[in-house]
Amino acid sequence: MSQARLAPGVMPGRLTPQEIAANFVDVAPPLTDHEARVAADRCYFCHDAPCIAACPTGIDIPLFIRQIATGTPDAAAMTIFHANIFGGMCARVCPTETLCEGACVRMEAEGDPVEIGALQRYATDGLMAQGDHPFRRAAPTGRRIAVVGAGPAGLSCAHRLAAKGHDVVIYEARPKPGGLNEYGIASYKAVDGFAQAEVDWLLGIGGIELRHDHRLGRDITLDALRAEYDAVFLGMGLGGVNALRTEGEDRGNVLDAVSFIRDLRQASDLTTLPVGRDVVVIGGGMTAVDAAVQARLLGAENVTIVYRRDRSQMGASLHEQDHATSSGVRIVCNAAPVGLHGNGSVAEVEFAYTATDPDGGLHLTGDRFRLRADQVFRAIGQRLDGVPEALALDGGKIGVAGPGRTSIPGVWAGGDCAAGGDDLTVTAVAQGRDAAEDIHLRLSNDRK
Amino acid sequence: MANLLSTFIGIKSPNPFWLASAPPTDKEYNVRRAFQAGWGGVVWKTLGSEGPPVVNVNGPRYGVIHGPDRRVLGINNIELITDRPLEVNLREIKSVKRDYPDRAMVISLMVPCDEDSWRDILARIEDTGADGVELNFGCPHGMSERGMGSAVGQVPEYIEMVTRWVKQYSRMPCIVKLTPNIADIRKPAEAAMRGGADAVSLINTINSITSVDLDLFAPQPTIDGKGAHGGYCGPAVKPIALNMVAEIARNPATRGLPISGIGGVTTWRDAAEFMALGAGTVQVCTAAMTYGFKVVQEMITGLHDYLDSHDMEMSDLIGRAVPNVTDWNQLNLNYVTKARIDPDLCIKCGRCYAACEDTSHQAIAMKPGRVFEVIEEECVACNLCVDVCPVENCIDMRELAVGETDLRTGIRRGLYANWTTHPNNPMAAKAAE
Repeated sequence: MSQARLAPGVMPGRLTPQEIAANFVDVAPPLTDHEARVAADRCYFCHDAPCIAACPTGIDIPLFIRQIATGTPDAAAMTIFHANIFGGMCARVCPTETLCEGACVRMEAEGDPVEIGALQRYATDGLMAQGDHPFRRAAPTGRRIAVVGAGPAGLSCAHRLAAKGHDVVIYEARPKPGGLNEYGIASYKAVDGFAQAEVDWLLGIGGIELRHDHRLGRDITLDALRAEYDAVFLGMGLGGVNALRTEGEDRGNVLDAVSFIRDLRQASDLTTLPVGRDVVVIGGGMTAVDAAVQARLLGAENVTIVYRRDRSQMGASLHEQDHATSSGVRIVCNAAPVGLHGNGSVAEVEFAYTATDPDGGLHLTGDRFRLRADQVFRAIGQRLDGVPEALALDGGKIGVAGPGRTSIPGVWAGGDCAAGGDDLTVTAVAQGRDAAEDIHLRLSNDRK
Repeated sequence: MANLLSTFIGIKSPNPFWLASAPPTDKEYNVRRAFQAGWGGVVWKTLGSEGPPVVNVNGPRYGVIHGPDRRVLGINNIELITDRPLEVNLREIKSVKRDYPDRAMVISLMVPCDEDSWRDILARIEDTGADGVELNFGCPHGMSERGMGSAVGQVPEYIEMVTRWVKQYSRMPCIVKLTPNIADIRKPAEAAMRGGADAVSLINTINSITSVDLDLFAPQPTIDGKGAHGGYCGPAVKPIALNMVAEIARNPATRGLPISGIGGVTTWRDAAEFMALGAGTVQVCTAAMTYGFKVVQEMITGLHDYLDSHDMEMSDLIGRAVPNVTDWNQLNLNYVTKARIDPDLCIKCGRCYAACEDTSHQAIAMKPGRVFEVIEEECVACNLCVDVCPVENCIDMRELAVGETDLRTGIRRGLYANWTTHPNNPMAAKAAE
């Protein structure tokens, strides 16, 4: 074992470039043609299929699988894209085990669902690899819509609006489009620059202008957008990160998991990315798992996820939890941080075990333990940041009624910034799409 | 323990599983491997007349129908009879038979439709030690264009004539192999019997085009852009073969005529089904071509286990289902069943519902929570739901007791009565006057 691997502190290069490269390969390699045919044949083509109902975008899954089975994967891809223009990314990042595959009747039959996610990737990869954008725009309407945020919700909304002949301008705070697809998911789920390639392909429909480095509230205002455009869609996600509110949180090497994931995704050379030997991740969602697993893959020796409730209540799916543990991550449940200790930089995190009150609340018990930690990642959720005051909120997010209508006429919202979603790519895509349909309907009626 | 030793028209074999006359039995090397693997007998690939042998195409000989995971469901072929010299085949047959005296060695023959040709070939095979001959009146491609194979098999008079010659010029047991490419399989079987055949074997392959290449616009297998129909075999043809075997077995004119069953036999169960319909032996080709000769070992153990578990000998099995093959007008119209779905086994796929609702009698209700229930008032007992259900035994057909009311018709189930006496049958009404 190399000395670098065991060196204390936060440092880059714990593993060799070869080890790093091997660790960050595609976590679920694509199906071959034959594998896809065999997997597709397992679909029963159910009546009123439960998998469709379980898909937030309502993809006609039995139809696209039958199209694969009959040797027309491009037609399958179109079935998918008509419902979900991010079918490629969703095939990679959807928690299928709790959505379509969890609903597959094969689960009831033999506990082994049709590989819907892998089949969706097979179909969408094949069509996207051909380069041409498959949708054509309707005749120009002369209407202009502003979209705030070039994440899954905003791009989904923009694509559907562009398809209907409207012109769209997307204002994006960051230098690249894609939102969490680009900045917020584990690297091994979308290898080879897939997130950017997908956005490029999506924009191929035309009629969508992307303006970077425009943050709502800093560079643009909602009032100005409302004045300039026929409609506004807000899909800027959650800009803030929840704090631990624990003593010592301000010590060195206590970071936001989303920042770590973002830096990792944007790094051109992963061997330059510093990581601790003993890493503690606090939280229980997908972000916690993505940060923890990638810390392991970068060479951290001990990585522990600590979650304050039962394992069954973790936001990360069972599949994700298993992925974490099989990657060597330890998951500790029912414990909450009470102090971060160290001299300047963090050296230990002190936890107290929790107990559940009859009303579902938590309280700390007297049982405490400490974990060695030279790097700590916060992954206890994100919050809305910099939202215009005029918008009514619901549970800390933008309140919406029906297909994304906010409290302000002419302003729609969707994705993580809007209330009612599951903080999933696929729900953001559905909300963006549905808001676009509603915007289109509204603008069409206005004209009459 | 059941004994699989078979005696078929005097030909003994350690089991009833023979390899059919086909590519697997074209030469000594293959047949020795087959016998080593345990096959009870072979019908050697069809020999032709002395002289320059036939030639085969040098492109693909086989077309295929695949099921899931490229499972071979059916193969068609455009291969002809043996393309090796007659003397070589005869020498090899003699050599193999000498080393495997306990195995059945039957020689398939196809020569021009004249008496001299048949007399000559029968003389040539006399001292091979073979146990019998099989007359190839079935091959549907290539040879039939030359007036042989199925061109003979489609004319009962020719069958009778040639069979008579064979019985006249040979003391060997004679099996006549029938083509299914004919309207009524009973006619050629009757002709063979009249000609003195000791047995019939069936079916030979079915005229077929397995698929069309949608880029070349040519049938497959494609030879330089063209295709000719081939002969279809394998699991896909088994239902057709079973019916034809049964037709001969229950035909009063041919009742008792020994049958060697051929057509998609892949497992012991397929073999047992042919035997239940009257086959004394079965012949196999496609299963061996797909999986190799070893498949016979499963057939042997499977048939053993089946016979033992039913306390039967082979003789108890052969023909046992024939009395239950009847005409439609003999079926009991007072036999009433209703589909019944086991909710514990149901996986809620809804295929039964889609099938019944869209294409049958709207006799399945889809209730909240994807609960599927049979509506007995509508169920005609067609069995489609059972057939399309992916879960074995999830749906079964419950038989109504005599006297129980059929909720669809409101009529209480009666005793046996068939169409011949049914009031809706004008013929029956006339007979009653």
